[in-house]
Amino acid sequence: MGLSLALFAIGLLGLIVRRNLLVMLMCMELMLNGVNLSLVTFAQRSATLDGAVMVFLSFIVAASEIAIAIPIVLLLVRRRRTLDAGAFNELKG
Amino acid sequence: MIEDLLMLLFGSAAAVGALLMLVLRHPMRVALALIATMISLGGIYGLLGVHVIAVFQIMIYVGAVMVFMVYAIMLLDVRDPSFTERYSRLLWPGLAAAVVLLGVLLDATRFGFADPAPAVARQFGVQPFSVAFLGEYWVYFELTSVLLVVAVLAAVAIVKLGGRRRG
Repeated sequence: MGLSLALFAIGLLGLIVRRNLLVMLMCMELMLNGVNLSLVTFAQRSATLDGAVMVFLSFIVAASEIAIAIPIVLLLVRRRRTLDAGAFNELKG
Repeated sequence: MIEDLLMLLFGSAAAVGALLMLVLRHPMRVALALIATMISLGGIYGLLGVHVIAVFQIMIYVGAVMVFMVYAIMLLDVRDPSFTERYSRLLWPGLAAAVVLLGVLLDATRFGFADPAPAVARQFGVQPFSVAFLGEYWVYFELTSVLLVVAVLAAVAIVKLGGRRRG
């Protein structure tokens, strides 16, 4: 449990403080992994299979999320020629 | 005894990998640290007795998602200002927020640490998992296929849209 909390917090921290878009994506994956670990731990403690099924479904969601996110990053990089998240400041409101 | 030792080993490996992700500079090294974290998480799942999830963790995450990520890193340019300056301006506010979040979460889940884990590894074999999965959750299983199709269509649409705007 503590490890899953730590993974989630580190992932969130990485998402905030790093500049590279790909590294930010990987930190999102790390957050998902932390939540998956907590789900598996709950499933094992309560001796039911619901958590395991939910983790499987979240695997599928993560795979499709990455499949969409990587083309978006590729297109952004092709337009701007940089991976710096600060270069996309036109998205600010 | 040896299971506790292995759990400690895998857990510390996962934590160290996650911390390395924060401080390493090159995205490829960050990806390798993330792969190490995921493999040790797979080991933890296996030790917890949820072998199905351990296998899928290795197969889907390390085998598919991270290979895709590594390809994207290789496709993109390596000389980039975001490599020399690792952190954005939000470093110190982000650190403070992460510490506060960790404190709040630890406070909220303080009571969960005390219970001893009842060892029920029997229930988590492949067969009970499949029976529960296809008997009880078949609707969600079908919905994931719809989700995957939508994701593929969206990826193709994104690429086509970008190509048209550029050309």
